[in-house]
Amino acid sequence: MRLSAPAKITLRVFAGIVMAAIYLPLALVITNSFNATTSGSFPIKEFTTKWWVAAWHNEGVREALWTSIKVASVATIIALVLGSMVAFALSRYEFFGKNTVNLLVVLPIALPGIVTGVALNNTFKTVLEPLGIGLGLFSVIVGHATFSIVMVFNNVQARMGRMNRGLEEAAMDMGANMFKTFFQVTFPGFRSAFIAGGLLAFALSFDEIVVTTFTAAPGTETLPIWIFNNMSRPNQAPVVNVIAAVLIVASMIPVYLSQRLTGDDKK
Amino acid sequence: MTPKHHLAPGFPPFAFFAPTSKEDRRDSSAPAMTALKTPPDTAVTRTIPTTQGPRNSSLADKISRYLYIRPKVRVTGLLLLPLLWLGVLYLGSLALLFITAFWTTDSFTSKVIPAFTLENFTEILTQPAYQATALRTIGIALAVTVLSAALALPLGLYMAKVASPKMRALLAIGITLPLWAGYLVKVFSWRIIFSTGGPLDWLLAPFGASGPGYGTTALVITLTYQWFPYMAVPVYSAFRQIPVNLFDASSDLGAKSWATVRTIAIPLLKPAFIAGSIFTFSLSLGDYIAAQFVGGKTQVIGTVIASNINLNPPLAAAFGIVPIIVVVIYLFLARKTGALKAL
Repeated sequence: MRLSAPAKITLRVFAGIVMAAIYLPLALVITNSFNATTSGSFPIKEFTTKWWVAAWHNEGVREALWTSIKVASVATIIALVLGSMVAFALSRYEFFGKNTVNLLVVLPIALPGIVTGVALNNTFKTVLEPLGIGLGLFSVIVGHATFSIVMVFNNVQARMGRMNRGLEEAAMDMGANMFKTFFQVTFPGFRSAFIAGGLLAFALSFDEIVVTTFTAAPGTETLPIWIFNNMSRPNQAPVVNVIAAVLIVASMIPVYLSQRLTGDDKK
Repeated sequence: MTPKHHLAPGFPPFAFFAPTSKEDRRDSSAPAMTALKTPPDTAVTRTIPTTQGPRNSSLADKISRYLYIRPKVRVTGLLLLPLLWLGVLYLGSLALLFITAFWTTDSFTSKVIPAFTLENFTEILTQPAYQATALRTIGIALAVTVLSAALALPLGLYMAKVASPKMRALLAIGITLPLWAGYLVKVFSWRIIFSTGGPLDWLLAPFGASGPGYGTTALVITLTYQWFPYMAVPVYSAFRQIPVNLFDASSDLGAKSWATVRTIAIPLLKPAFIAGSIFTFSLSLGDYIAAQFVGGKTQVIGTVIASNINLNPPLAAAFGIVPIIVVVIYLFLARKTGALKAL
């Protein structure tokens, strides 16, 4: 297309504005974490690192971080196992109701998070609590694993479609049993997609708030819940700001790694 | 044990087939590599003599042999756990939610009473406050969708047709990376921006204006910021797939830039817009955290659900059905246009 020079310049300026609008708010959070006043008034007149020190020593943050890591780790492991199993079944076998199973895996992220949250909250309270499984750490893990399965599933299934089945047949022809074939031939073939899916699942779980608010008991605080509970408290806002700044930097690492891992097989 | 280089970037997928010890390498690597290029039956006859070991029958071998000839057992085994989780626990929960929506609560103890009633739905449909909330939420979700699409079009045009390949790659990463920066973090940043005396007020002060403050406008902007990547990515990739000839032909026939965009690009981008809109719409519809922090007094479906979940679970359940129905209708309309295949 022959775009006129002014049109090109307009588009370039527009793209610049959009990118600025995407990154300035994030930069603002990082800068504001050094703002000396608690009211967050702008422009920043005095810079300080005292909120960083306060955040580092904050017990609530540490506990919440540890809870988040526990939840995300267990949810990721469940997602890795279940997601890979479904990916295997859907990419290798033909069976009745295949499309329905596919839809079922995607459903937890296709429906608004609040629906998953309310539904699980309701089940735990009316069915599982009388059986002794009330809301708590376990219910949060269940919620997170449910919507994390699809992350692993997507990655592993995409890789399976490109894998060379002949290699597995060759391994079995040469006398390897199914398990040996799986661990020495099949698994190494989709290992990087498996890890990438796991990282995405972990990142998703670590950041999740909507399903968490509905599945957590009052005492269960993941890091997002802690931020949620403290964001409106003026005296806690500077510490929340520091945590937000840390999360901006830290959350991009697993995603970067996962893109490196899956980027390999696009070549 | 497998050598480290198996994960090396760009290594061909058959790398994991490389033998693990030096002895093996001498024996089998050459035939194995040629085997990849020759038809499978030739490969078998060539590789068997060098690698066939003694036929032992361990338990693993027996199980393996049992499973090998029974694909139905294998697929059942693979699906059993995932279906227990997703089919029984998750789908069961959704079904129970649906049933609970027809139940009622004891107004004193907030205990759910399993007795069939349409009360919750009549309340949602007839109470003006609930009606307004549902419509307002749908309106906000539509506004976010339209705004995202309006921003994604010129950005996609720039990335696909003007930017250099290097710039294009940079922007493509630049759009998607903030998706992972943390949902609450982004809500928090806009909470700072819209705060009284905050950055936006400061920026607008020289023009004698001030920011909108917390409210519906702030909510729409915040949600657009959150979900914009879901619209920008499909639109950009669809832009790239439009053949250059079409644009050239259009301008050869005398169409100006905007006419080309309007008559050539937009119709071809329609599936991408719809695919993106499913995310921006559905995600905005279910949101209530942003509404709580930047929405001021704005009530959305989510806030009503959240405030009723402990006091009146059946009403919360009934209100939870609303986004499901809206999303299903939206998906149905989207499917009619054939856009779902592009997902």
